[in-house]
Amino acid sequence: MTVDWSWHAVAEAFPLLLRGLVVTLEITVLAALLSYVLGLVFAVIRMSRIPVLSQLTFLFIEAVRSTPLLVQVFMFYYVLQSQTGILLSAFLSGVIVIGVHYACYTSEVYRAGIEAVPKGQWEAATALNLPRGRVWTSVILPQAVPRVLPALGNYTIAMFKETPLLLGIGVLEMLNRAKEYGAETFRVLEAYTLAGVFFLVISYIASVMVRRLESRVGTL
Amino acid sequence: MPSHGDHGANAETSSAAAQSDVMISFDNVDKSWGENHVLKKLNFHVKPAEKVSIIGPSGSGKTTILRILMTLENPDEGVVTVDGDELWNVERGRRIRRETKQMKLTRRKIGMVFQQFNLFPHLSALQNVMEAPVRVLGMSKDEAHERAKELLDMVGLGEHLNHKPPKLSGGQQQRVAIARAMAMRPKVMLFDEVTSALDPELVGDVLDVIRDLATSTDMTMLLVTHEMRFAEEISDRVVMFDNGVAVEQGPPHKIFKDPDNDRTRQFLRAVLEH
Ligand SMILES: Nc1ncnc2c1ncn2[C@@H]1O[C@H](COP(=O)(O)OP(=O)(O)OP(=O)(O)O)[C@@H](O)[C@H]1O
Ligand SMILES: [Mg+2]
Repeated sequence: MTVDWSWHAVAEAFPLLLRGLVVTLEITVLAALLSYVLGLVFAVIRMSRIPVLSQLTFLFIEAVRSTPLLVQVFMFYYVLQSQTGILLSAFLSGVIVIGVHYACYTSEVYRAGIEAVPKGQWEAATALNLPRGRVWTSVILPQAVPRVLPALGNYTIAMFKETPLLLGIGVLEMLNRAKEYGAETFRVLEAYTLAGVFFLVISYIASVMVRRLESRVGTL
Repeated sequence: MPSHGDHGANAETSSAAAQSDVMISFDNVDKSWGENHVLKKLNFHVKPAEKVSIIGPSGSGKTTILRILMTLENPDEGVVTVDGDELWNVERGRRIRRETKQMKLTRRKIGMVFQQFNLFPHLSALQNVMEAPVRVLGMSKDEAHERAKELLDMVGLGEHLNHKPPKLSGGQQQRVAIARAMAMRPKVMLFDEVTSALDPELVGDVLDVIRDLATSTDMTMLLVTHEMRFAEEISDRVVMFDNGVAVEQGPPHKIFKDPDNDRTRQFLRAVLEH
């Protein structure tokens, strides 16, 4: 079997995929930011044992973690829209679903980071009468957050690799661009290989950076 | 109930209660963990400005007494007051009310120094001391800064204002912790074996600071300690705890030189042997 490989097709697909890559990165960054903030909110709600709200948050997290991301993408984009008439773009829906989905994982990371802060820190803060909110912002989080950064980094890489799921709702991210090019030219080999290489290179560089960070701040 | 001053815990303001004869009172305070009956109907009173050392074998409930005062632990039953204000009032079987407004106000009058220092490791010595005055007392940053400098000078750390705790020795950290507690101008200071995590050569500096506070302030001081010589030197009264009861108490010379209770004698023999 001979492989029919065309560098010309690669050169042609390259700019198209690059445009898709920009969308992929935009989604990754926005979804990641959402998951960092929301995950922290979830963690603090659960750990401060606010009645009802804590339990609801717990149930929500369990539900999200127990269902596939693609199901959530479809639920959010098609079902929600058809039932409530709320119309969000596929791009925005993708950001929200991935961000919320991963917030349910980052909240566990934050929880571990917060629990790793010694009990004596809470006690010293109580002895000084610092108000609850202050204890979180001045004492606990500044110690917990640096230690969770590597884990957040790893989840960010995971989010990056999940973005092709949004092809299912028509977001023009990188894989969708590859598919488009393949369909037009029948050069699927070059298009998908190139997409794979982009994912590989970026994920690899990112994970090297995360490992560097890990050795600097230590892991949990 | 006496009214509070602005900042309640200010050692320089005198409330009606401060003139009275009790700064700390434990009345019928009970505490158990499961089968472990740690405090048994404890009645224990401390006068304003009194310096009381608490001694006793491991597990006798010494730390628990301090932690109940600092509201880090709740009694199962009993009443605890500080400076005339109620800190705990627990009836057995009733729901325990934590973090009440009353409790938070009363708690401002109390400072605590821990065995493990518990400094905030991400903040400099100066910031450790400034944090509470700024956030709790509403002091301006400039004023808090000035005061923190004075306090750190007082404990001999004037040269290390901007060092973070991991860069300081245990003895230095503990002195920062004392300055941090002092910054809130507490009327009552609790010291829980504050030198037992230190290398022997660092103990002296910390004890010197506490001795200074004992002789130069009218703070009420409650010290749990295994430093018997130090306890004898600075205390007005020594209380010996065993099995959740105060088995003996009195002036230091009496307790250390001529104790009445067998358990006290045994205990002192054991600790003074090494
Ligand atoms: N959070 C807790 N849960 C269960 N048991 C506890 C807890 N805190 C203290 N205890 C138990 O209560 C008893 C009294 O403890 P406490 O710390 O007051 O003793 P102590 O007199 O300070 O002893 P030491 O000299 O060892 O510090 C001990 O038996 C201890 O194991
Ligand atoms: Mg103890």
